[in-house]
Amino acid sequence: MENPKTNELLGRLLGPAAPEVGCDICFEELDRYVDLEAAGQDADAAVPGLRAHFEGCPACREEHESLLALVREDTGAAG
Amino acid sequence: MSPTAATVSGALRASPVATGSSVLDPESQELLRALKSSGRAYDDACARLHALLLRAARFEVARRRRGLTGFEADTLATEAADDALLAVLRRLDDFRGLSKFTTWAYKFALYEAAVKVRKHAWRDRELPLETDLLGSLHAGSPGPEEDVEMHERLGQIAEGMNDVLTPHQRRVLVALAVNGVPIDVLAERLSTTRGALYKTLHDARAKLRAHLEETS
Repeated sequence: MENPKTNELLGRLLGPAAPEVGCDICFEELDRYVDLEAAGQDADAAVPGLRAHFEGCPACREEHESLLALVREDTGAAG
Repeated sequence: MSPTAATVSGALRASPVATGSSVLDPESQELLRALKSSGRAYDDACARLHALLLRAARFEVARRRRGLTGFEADTLATEAADDALLAVLRRLDDFRGLSKFTTWAYKFALYEAAVKVRKHAWRDRELPLETDLLGSLHAGSPGPEEDVEMHERLGQIAEGMNDVLTPHQRRVLVALAVNGVPIDVLAERLSTTRGALYKTLHDARAKLRAHLEETS
């Protein structure tokens, strides 16, 4: 049986397997990515490497979640 | 003391913006036009922008405010909005018109607020940069039902951390991935940036994955 805590720790130690951008590119592209997501478009196809970066970087992941929630609040969509 | 919208608007003037305005929504176009103007229109636009940024900063602080008093939360949000206003005005030429202007501006406020909340939470704490890795791995995981293969993998990782990582890579990986130090807090203590630290983390992870492939 696999232990979720061990899996989580392995994930943090080894990071995402898929190619990822760094934090600087993530910040540059985050607004475009979020607007595409909020519009229901394929943000991952338009901005490859961001999704994997969110997996590997908790800080950028939190900021992505917040920006998406804020934009959705602006547009009246459920977060 | 942090600058207010009024003092910032007096000190900074945004240079003209080339945004491809045809793709911009009317609200973004209007705000950008005003931020390129001067006098009263510019001051009004800065005040509007600051209000947007303050809303975003409060939104972020409210999501992450673990343990903050109301006063601390309000202070951090206001400081974040002030810093974000400076950053947005300084980088206005970088706006490419590929998103709504508000979305682009919000990200600066969210970033400033998130960083301030993380630093505030760790302001009086020693950073755990070294650790008994195997002890942490053991404490964090196994029970009698633990997958043996998974546990062996953790042992290989611990071995790889000692054998293939540089001392700096090991210190960064332990702090961020094992001890949960926020990357912005570690960046400040090591006098570097989030981007540079993440590059170190990325390289360390790549070395560990290669080590696992070689030893498996």
